Amino acid sequence: MSPVLAAAFPEAVLFWPLAILAVGSALGVLLARNPIHAAMGLVLSFFAVAGIYVLLAAQMLAALQVIVYAGAIMVLFLFVIMLLSLGEAELGEERGSARRIMGIGAAVALVIMSVDVFADLELESLPAGVGQRAFGTVEQVGRMLFGPFVLPFEATSILLLVAIVGAVVVAKAKI
Amino acid sequence: MLNAVPISHYLTLASALFAIGLAAVLVRRNALIVFMGVELMLNAANVTFLAFSRAFADMSGHAIAFFVIAVAAAEAAVGLAIVIAVFRSRRTVNVDEVDALKN
Repeated sequence: MSPVLAAAFPEAVLFWPLAILAVGSALGVLLARNPIHAAMGLVLSFFAVAGIYVLLAAQMLAALQVIVYAGAIMVLFLFVIMLLSLGEAELGEERGSARRIMGIGAAVALVIMSVDVFADLELESLPAGVGQRAFGTVEQVGRMLFGPFVLPFEATSILLLVAIVGAVVVAKAKI
Repeated sequence: MLNAVPISHYLTLASALFAIGLAAVLVRRNALIVFMGVELMLNAANVTFLAFSRAFADMSGHAIAFFVIAVAAAEAAVGLAIVIAVFRSRRTVNVDEVDALKN
């Protein structure tokens, strides 16, 4: 996807709007009073990040992001928010100013430090392998999952079983 | 190619998303919004994996991001079940009020 596009027009035309949308809606999650507004902001952020994945030549992961993250996990979040009826009565002030400043200060410091590190990286933006039409496709991810990563793949199936049983047991009123 | 965005831009985007998720976990008191911050941090990690995967033309980053998504789904299910259980017994999702182990 992306290497073909790059020949036609600058990738930045897609990158900057998607990046600003992703960061802006993430800020909406941070700042929203109402948990439902925060959940909507997070959904928007996930869609923008799925667009970023497409720019990174990760088509399969972009589809999975929309289907699993925005489509399943956020729906679960919204169900829980509505189940607990948290839409209206908000739960009081946020943390005191000292802790809030420290939290935001930590986040800002992290971004500044990482920008400093990334400035020194010498990374190729479009190496030759990415130009293949097959990079990032379902077939290639499948080859990875059933090849070098078959053990984590099988372990993930056990993890999902454990998570299903655990979620049912923990959330039930009477066991 | 002249038109490609440098990989460091993607990494900076990932660190910004991670920082916002971190701030949400540290600042907000609603347990559900803390959870959303955790999901933001996981997404930032995915963006980093995929950016490096493109930089080195190596598909391993895609497989790892796949597992991150699967683990995030499992963790969200169990974590929200815990939030529901806590709400059922304490009628609150304010993380500052769930302090029975304190002192």
